[in-house]
Amino acid sequence: MATTELKCHVGVGPEVSGEALVTDDNFSARYDLDRIAGVFSRPQHKLAGKSYVDKIMVFNTAKGGVASAWMLHEMKSRGIAPKAILFNNVNPILAQGAALANMALCDRFDEGDVTQLIKTGDQVTVNPQLGLVTITRD
Amino acid sequence: MELSPEEQAMLQGELGEPRRWAIEHMMRVGRFFDAPDFVEVTQAHIMADTESLGEAGVAFLENLMTYPASERQVRIPMITDPRGIDFCHYQRLKQTDEMAVLEQRTIEAFESMGILMTNTCINYQTIMPPVRGEHLAFGDTGVVIYCNSVLGAYSNFEGGPSSLAAGLTGRTPRYGLHLDQNRKATRRFRVEHQPEHLSDWGALGGIIGARTGSYWEVPVIEGIDSNPDSDEMKHLGAAMASFGSVPLFHLVGVTPEAPSLESVCDPDSLAVETIGEAVFEEFFARYGGKGEKVDVVVFSAPQLSLLEMQSLAALLDGEKIHPDTSLLAVTSPVVAADARRLGIAERIEASGALVLEGMCFYQSYAREMGEANGWKRLMTNSVKLTNIIGGYGYEPTLSNMENCVASAIAGEIV
Repeated sequence: MATTELKCHVGVGPEVSGEALVTDDNFSARYDLDRIAGVFSRPQHKLAGKSYVDKIMVFNTAKGGVASAWMLHEMKSRGIAPKAILFNNVNPILAQGAALANMALCDRFDEGDVTQLIKTGDQVTVNPQLGLVTITRD
Repeated sequence: MELSPEEQAMLQGELGEPRRWAIEHMMRVGRFFDAPDFVEVTQAHIMADTESLGEAGVAFLENLMTYPASERQVRIPMITDPRGIDFCHYQRLKQTDEMAVLEQRTIEAFESMGILMTNTCINYQTIMPPVRGEHLAFGDTGVVIYCNSVLGAYSNFEGGPSSLAAGLTGRTPRYGLHLDQNRKATRRFRVEHQPEHLSDWGALGGIIGARTGSYWEVPVIEGIDSNPDSDEMKHLGAAMASFGSVPLFHLVGVTPEAPSLESVCDPDSLAVETIGEAVFEEFFARYGGKGEKVDVVVFSAPQLSLLEMQSLAALLDGEKIHPDTSLLAVTSPVVAADARRLGIAERIEASGALVLEGMCFYQSYAREMGEANGWKRLMTNSVKLTNIIGGYGYEPTLSNMENCVASAIAGEIV
């Protein structure tokens, strides 16, 4: 087992652990998801067809969609939601939405491109209050 | 964050639980974005559609309703973005009674807080256009980019919870577009092909938005020969915000912060990225479907202005929509009332088209509507809508208003 620590800006939400699902694509809860089924539904998205439920999601940035601020709260209320979302850079909407939903969300990593630093399948712990993400690999 | 005595009192709950929640929510967001303090805002605008609120969001609002009026009422004028339902047409659109009930509950909650149900994403054309330098808390990315860019006002993208928090407190954390240093151009585009139709302006917005791709980048645009009107700027901005999460652009010689290129950037420090005719052609080429049956033609996102409604009526005069195709014209309650008074709505409806008000197509349970009505191939002149609607199971085709109407009449994409 090897662990790697990544330093990021102070985020919002609680400390969580889970399995990473990573893409260098961008994210909008409104445009990209089938929120009932819990999968990426926009055909052009690089994660189309994949489930986001209970994952530590890693994206480049967030797009459009003011509605996403309500949607994280709504998704979490039904238990069909990611555990945490990490970005290189997030827009205000998702940060506001995570604040309402009390979902872990962080961005601005000191070590560089987070979509390259974390791999799909990695076990990841996110501590938003410390601005710390820990990766565990076999 | 540095708090004023009044903000401290809110945080201590001395002005009631809703305002305590509001200031605490905004402090979390402010800390995330390193806001030093709060800035007072003059208006708030909230995205209010129940598809995004869901049962959980509506229950959240209803909980606020349980507090005394003095604690739950907003402190500044606050208005709403389009809803998910037009109560006169939801059954015809095969939306469900459950959707209408959720919508009704939301309206009651908002009204109990003193929020005006304007149900519009073109408030800058129809309600109270902001003035230069005015600090705002506006929802809807199209509204924000227009008010920042065209009017020179100051707003971040405010999601529903943060808009509501701004309405309850009369302030918002000072970060992002509230700071002058974040309003300078960081990307420089030179347009070498003049947009003609609204769909061309949208395409230009989509092209620049996709290339820019970040809330923290500001494009400056040179090379536009004409003086664009409000609808052209509306489609340009809405598409740019949708494709790139971009909240502000400058158009040299047109938008108020950019009388010259030098006023928004050091021209030598930014590489020039050109956008010629081939780039526009490539953008349109990705929308196929020529010769295929068209299920639904949609004019929405943003809602239509009175002048767009007039143009649509002129194209539909004496024509009939194909029986296997639906045409939806979506506008604000204010424009709809004027369109009725002026006979424009009746001219559109005489063709078999529907005039819908107070909603927006993609915020109105588009997936469920599509499945219930058998709509798959959608045609529109809104670049913003084409960007969104693929995620809801539609196959979008983009063209100008004239071709969209001709296709609705023919029942296939011309």
